[in-house]
Order: sequence, then structure tokens, then C-alpha cells
Amino acid sequence: MAIVEIKKNIFWVGTIDWNIENFHGYSLARRGTTYNAFLVMDEKITLFDAVPEKFKWDLYHQIFKLIKPEQLDYIVVNHVEMDHSGALPFIVDKCKPEKIFCSTMGEKSLASHFHRKDWPVQVVKDGESIALGKKNVQFLEARMLHWPDTMFSYIPEDKLLISSDAFGQNIASSKLFDDEHDLELLLSEARHYYTNIILPFSGFVQKTLNRVKESGMQIDMIAPDHGVIWRSHVGDIVSAYEEFAAQKVKEKAVLVFDTMWHSSEKMLKALGDAMMEQGIDIRFMSLKKFHHSDVMGEFSDAAALICASPTHNNGMLPLMADFLTYMKGLKPKGRIGATLGSFGWSGEAPKAMAQVMEDSGFDMPLSPLRVKNVPTHDHLSECRKMGIELAGKIKERVSSQSG
Amino acid sequence: MEKWVCEICGYVYDPAEGDPDNGVAEGTKFEDIPEDWVCPVCGAAKDNFAKEA
Repeated sequence: MAIVEIKKNIFWVGTIDWNIENFHGYSLARRGTTYNAFLVMDEKITLFDAVPEKFKWDLYHQIFKLIKPEQLDYIVVNHVEMDHSGALPFIVDKCKPEKIFCSTMGEKSLASHFHRKDWPVQVVKDGESIALGKKNVQFLEARMLHWPDTMFSYIPEDKLLISSDAFGQNIASSKLFDDEHDLELLLSEARHYYTNIILPFSGFVQKTLNRVKESGMQIDMIAPDHGVIWRSHVGDIVSAYEEFAAQKVKEKAVLVFDTMWHSSEKMLKALGDAMMEQGIDIRFMSLKKFHHSDVMGEFSDAAALICASPTHNNGMLPLMADFLTYMKGLKPKGRIGATLGSFGWSGEAPKAMAQVMEDSGFDMPLSPLRVKNVPTHDHLSECRKMGIELAGKIKERVSSQSG
Repeated sequence: MEKWVCEICGYVYDPAEGDPDNGVAEGTKFEDIPEDWVCPVCGAAKDNFAKEA
């Protein structure tokens, strides 16, 4: 891996995970990812963030291209999650840094991850600065963005914000900068990342964005810990984050289903046809094909979620239970929902799905619809009617949002 | 009445407001909140709260 000088005397020394499939085991990363780490060459040579344990030698070699390991003075740990800290025990042993900087919560998190009482950890508070020589680092606590320990590091001399997981995307590439990629693709990957990792903390995102604005920080480069570095589209990614955090929705509905003998699928298809005729943009996603993280990626800007599952052993099908559990945890706000499904003898699934959605704060304007075994034309007309009513609700929701 | 801060995420429990979404009426002292109540923001247990300084 080539090291890249991203600003004068600031080098990307991260690693590329070309072949990862499942990011942290819950969100797909089809384009791979990177674990970005940065080495600042100054009077105090400082490493910002690390990489997973399995890439520890790569990070070591990257650092070694610039300095002898023992020349490293400081390590800044913006976030203790293992993909940015797993290599730390190895790197700390090799480099013996004079100090390791982290947030108040970072100190606790380092202790409970690595159990190393001998590390020279120094807590930095929100707004505190340290001098590296010619360059300074100002720390900004970014609690719950997306862990309690998260902080950002800002280097005013270079107008550089090292932003931990915020503004990241799962993209493995030998091209490290935003302007070397298609912007639409980057924003769509940033949305997928945001929805699956950061969405539950949208309130904190809004607060942090406001604080950065009010602080008057001049930023012309944002370096997240995953994916490409923003230098030509800083404004685009910041406004995209404002939009993600505000959970702005479009006249779009995600129709998600699992089915055994295609009755629930037929019902949902009839509902979707009617929605399309009303001008709603729909996605029709089988959970046998689409991973829960990809459904959420699509749901990110959709006004409505419609779930269909037949009743199986007095409940919903297991893939639907997986999806709904995952969806609920991400706490989407201000959405419309509906449920339907076929059944053989008991028919609990539509109500059970609706219950999860109600508990998640969805507006559920229609009663769950169930059909015994195989739907007739009349049943499908009922599904269409649901689609038309929901389309109306979606349009109301979207117009109230822009009004 | 004293406010309490979640030491995990920074949420502040204000007794004047309570946490009505989760069954805690306004005017409820922190000490009187049921032990199984959790931080409405991050889900941390009640023993993660400290009195606001």
C-alpha cells in the first residue's frame, strides 16, 4: 500500500481491506473498506487512529516507511472500536509512544478493551488543544457519533478534520480522494454507511454539525476513518449529513417481504402496483435476496415501509424477524408503515410485524391485512386499496416536510 | 430538584420534564424513577447516571 501525503507532512498510513464482505458482521461492504490512519510529521510525530488487529503488520510497515517505530511520540485514539484500535497493543509495544491521547470515555473504553494499566494514556477534554510543534491539534468530543468515546481531531494549520467514523464510506480503493471517484457513488455509499451505523444517533449528528459550524473551524479537508478523503466535495458531504440526520424522506416506499408459496408476495405486489400508479417510487425487496443492511440503505430516504410475511408457526418468517429487529435498533423517525400476509390457520404475522413497527414509532394508518392461503382477485383489490391509501399518506408526509 | 447526567451519552434527566415517553411523569425525582428505567437516548442503565455538577 502506498503512503499518501494528504497535507504537507501529514501522511495516510492506513490499510485497505479489499475483500471484506460483512462490515462488523451486520452491514454489507460490497466495495470493501479502508481503515484510515494518519501520521503527522512534526516535532512530536503523531499517529492518528489505527487498524484492526489482523492488519497490524501492514500499519507497522506503513509507519516504518517514514520513521523508525521508536520515533513515534504520540498516538491519538479518536475511537476505540476494534477496527481502529485492534493493532494498538502491537503498535504501542513496538513504538513505545510517550503519550496516548483519547477522550474521557475513550480512557475507560481502552481500559476495558485492552486491560493495559501501563499505557501512557492522557485524557483530552472537548475543546482542548495540544501542540505537536508547528501544528496543533484541537479535540472535539463527538459523543455517540457513534460510540460514547468518539472524538474528532482538528488541525487548524491544515484546515483538516480527522472525523473518525463520521463521513465515512465502505470503499476500498487505491484512489484515496473524493475527486477521483464518481460523487453520486460516494454519496450513496456514505448514505448506506450512515443508515446502518450512525442513524440511531442522528440527534447527536445535528448537534455536532452545529457545534462545528458555530466554532468557526475552517475545514477544507475531512478525513474519515473509512473510505475516501473529502477535499473537493467537503460541502457536499456536510450537506448530505445534514439531510441524513434530518431524515428527510421522498415519495418512496420500501416493500420488503419473505414468502413461502408466494401468496404474501402477490399481495405486496398488488399493493406496490397501486402505489406505482399513484407515482410513488417503490423498491420491492425479497429478504432472501437482500441483506437487512441493503434494505435499510434503501429505506433511508423512503417515507414508508411495508412488510409482508406469511404466518409460520404462529409468527412471522425468521428473515422478517431478523430484518425488523435490525430496523428497530436503527430508530428511523417519522415514517409510515403497514403490514400484510397470508396464513394457513392462525395468522399472527401481520399483527406481530405491526407491533414491532408501532413500538418503533411508525405511523400505522391501516389495519394489518391477512388472507387465508391464496388471495383471490377481491383480496388483491383490497391490497391495491391499501396501496392507494398509503400513497396518499406518503404524499401528505412529504409535502408537510417541505412546507 | 437535581438534574442527573448520563455518563455514557451525556443525556440530562430533568425532573421538571420527566421522561413521559417512557412512563416517568414530570416532577419525578431521579431517585424515584424505577430501577429498570434506562437512558432514553443510549439505553444505559440507571446506575450510569451522576448528579449534574
